[in-house]
Amino acid sequence: MRNRILFTLQFLFTLLVAAFLAVPAGLSIAAGVTVNYFRGIQSGVTLQWVAQVWELYAGTILASILIAVGTLAVTLVVGVPAAYALYVRGGRLARVVEEIITLPLAIPGLAIALALLLTYGGFGSFRRSWLFILAGHVIFTMPFMVRSVMAVLATIDVKSLDEGAASVGASPWRRFVDVIVPNAAPGILAGSLMVVTLSLGEFNLTWMLHTPLTKTLPVGLADSYASMRLEVASAYTLIFFVMIIPLLVAMQWIGERGHSR
Amino acid sequence: MNMMTRHGAALKIENCGKTFADGTCALARATLDIGQSETLVLLGPSGCGKTTLLRIVAGLETPDGGGRVLFDGKDLTRQPIEKRNVGMVFQSYALFPNMSVAENIGYGLKLRGLPKAERAAQVAELVALTNLGGLEDRRIDQLSGGQRQRVALARAVAIRPSVLLLDEPLTALDAALRERLRGELNDLLRKLGITAIYVTHDQAEAMELGDRIVVMRKGAIAQIGTPREIYFTPANRFVAEFVGAANIVEAPIEGGELILPGGRVPVAGPATMSRAVAMVRPETIAIADAATTGLAGIVDGVRFAGDRQRIIVRDAASLPLAVDAPNTIKVRTGERVGLSIPPDAIRLLPDEG
Amino acid sequence: MSHKSFVWMCLLPLAAVTAAFFVLPMAHLLVTGAEGPRGLPEYLAIIADPRYRATLLNTVLLAAATTVATLIAATITGLFLQRHRFPGRAVMIAILTFPLAFPGVVIGFMIILLAGRQGTIGDVSSRLLGDKIVFAYSIYGLFLGYLYFSIPRVILTIMAAAQKLDPSLEEAARSLGASPWAVLRDVVLPALAPALVASGAIAFATAMGAFGTAFTLATNIDVLPMLIYTEFTLAGNLATSAALSVGLGVMTWLILALARTFTGNSVAAAG
Repeated sequence: MRNRILFTLQFLFTLLVAAFLAVPAGLSIAAGVTVNYFRGIQSGVTLQWVAQVWELYAGTILASILIAVGTLAVTLVVGVPAAYALYVRGGRLARVVEEIITLPLAIPGLAIALALLLTYGGFGSFRRSWLFILAGHVIFTMPFMVRSVMAVLATIDVKSLDEGAASVGASPWRRFVDVIVPNAAPGILAGSLMVVTLSLGEFNLTWMLHTPLTKTLPVGLADSYASMRLEVASAYTLIFFVMIIPLLVAMQWIGERGHSR
Repeated sequence: MNMMTRHGAALKIENCGKTFADGTCALARATLDIGQSETLVLLGPSGCGKTTLLRIVAGLETPDGGGRVLFDGKDLTRQPIEKRNVGMVFQSYALFPNMSVAENIGYGLKLRGLPKAERAAQVAELVALTNLGGLEDRRIDQLSGGQRQRVALARAVAIRPSVLLLDEPLTALDAALRERLRGELNDLLRKLGITAIYVTHDQAEAMELGDRIVVMRKGAIAQIGTPREIYFTPANRFVAEFVGAANIVEAPIEGGELILPGGRVPVAGPATMSRAVAMVRPETIAIADAATTGLAGIVDGVRFAGDRQRIIVRDAASLPLAVDAPNTIKVRTGERVGLSIPPDAIRLLPDEG
Repeated sequence: MSHKSFVWMCLLPLAAVTAAFFVLPMAHLLVTGAEGPRGLPEYLAIIADPRYRATLLNTVLLAAATTVATLIAATITGLFLQRHRFPGRAVMIAILTFPLAFPGVVIGFMIILLAGRQGTIGDVSSRLLGDKIVFAYSIYGLFLGYLYFSIPRVILTIMAAAQKLDPSLEEAARSLGASPWAVLRDVVLPALAPALVASGAIAFATAMGAFGTAFTLATNIDVLPMLIYTEFTLAGNLATSAALSVGLGVMTWLILALARTFTGNSVAAAG
């Protein structure tokens, strides 16, 4: 009996927490397709707000995708070999490097953005280009890629594989490409999903780094929250959800597959 | 291509030692010659330096300054493993989980730029040679331990290496499988006629597979010889005790005879010292009527082992003697028995104090 | 090329990127903080100046409240979800973890929808009490936003830690006559302590440094990230904003580093 009450109480509390998280998200999805949010859903369902968002903010959406893909490319090319090197080399140097590249997770994005502005704000064409935001995103997402790959490397016998491939004549580069990368694939995939998800949603850095001509989706969102009617802001948020939820589902799926193994 | 042709290089290991960065000496400077097509076994307990020596030959470790590794007279000391053309079977097998059985075996050939068709033909030949037929497309994690071992061997042999290096290749398997694969491995090594270095801590493997055995201890070579030499004429007490069962008896010598508490035993050859450390293998001692032998003792225990029995005899020597007798002899504990030992079965060892 | 030089080659691009876009700028930030009219003591202003000190205190209190509330809510739900199997559990877990990747701005919007001028809470309260409750644009709204942000993260950590808990420990305690509360207090919570410390530190550090939510809700909420932002953009006060952000960075890093030495695990803030 007592267990029953305890269970019910906990269940209700969990339900409450879930509602706290789900209700606003649901509201924003509903508001995005409602003719008039103030009058409620009975005012009719429409895609006009979504269309309006596309008209106003299509550029930010494309820009975000572009930057996310660019960030992914850089973190792959730079981060995967580095993760391998850090794992293989080990020792104090590797620990120090890992600590440094992980710092951007501990330091608020605002501080990093400020630092980038102070250092590169004077380089006009760089400052005005997408690359400026890309640089910030790369710094912010790199640790996720490196750690994700290193975590997988720790579960496979890298030394043996390396020596095994070397024994039949593979050069270090061939070993890396033929044996290390394929076997680190789960970590690379998980890291990639994380990098893209974070880059698409990054605001703290981006808000400081953007210019009127380099606006990303979250920057546009902030703009719409401040200046657009609720329905438009909601429709815009809806588009963001549609972009990001498949990534989250994929991440959760990979995580579960990794656990069940 | 025919895998059955004799191939492989003659190896020379010159003055190779290894001191690690933390100052531990894993291997004292050693010099060794390995003939073409010879199978050399490095035998010793863990930590004896056998794997370090193998890794120096492989190119996975660099020897301390002055050490050299020569393949057919060519100095390869500075070459990394991928430039040495060695085939290596790792203790963990180090198979690539991202490749199928056939891709694992053919990987070295692919690196050498062999056309696809030729590669497939050679892989097929190796698959047949190692009894892996039907498993070509399997993933590594779908194989049993014994199958993995064979894939590792096929991959190493595929590149027609100058020398085949095997690092405890059977250790990861259970006892019954180990014995069977030992036989298969032996047949294969003879068939291929390849130069091979085989590291193991298992004396049975060493005896069966080695043309010569290098017994190692604490980073140094204790003895080099054929399996028979190692077994019958161990150079020292360590080798005698590590390889096979041995009775080690310390006793005075007088007139070419060992003076034991239970009697006297003649030894062969010149025995000029006044005290000796002697080794006698249990199976060379025969149980006989106490009245007819110079040495006698009391049966202390009988351990029946099926194909034979081990009889422990006390009061014959300073320590109880182990005697391996045929399983048909009947003795009882407490019975007095005579022991006959042929003079040439007694091996006098240097006294190491 | 030897393996050793290959490994160095692999590290080189990372070293270059990190040096150019992180180490160098951060050094620049450090120097800039001391280049204001006050010089090096600018770094002390965060504590010495009464206005900044009040903001700092505000931020720390808000972050602490967020952390405590999150840990309580997440521990209850995390343990519950880990221990019971019921229909709809998977959906519930999905709902509770998806907001993990919502950026601060979006969470700010969620809070506006919940407690803003057209929000649900105001709607319900005006119908029930005749009084429209609106608190999204105050520090309470921000508190709710940080709660929204932190709960998913902490739930995940706690569920993972609870999964590793050895059930025989609890059974042993019960066999000795421990009540459910005693089991929770003496066995479960101590076993979860490292996870609680680690995720609590992340929640705290994130709440200290988060900017997006505060930015969306209002520009006049008195927390450190907003102060830095206004000092930089409105007042154009480079040195102060640099010094303040260095101070903020050092604090969040310190919290995470402390948590890490306590738990022996790697801990990092996000978002």
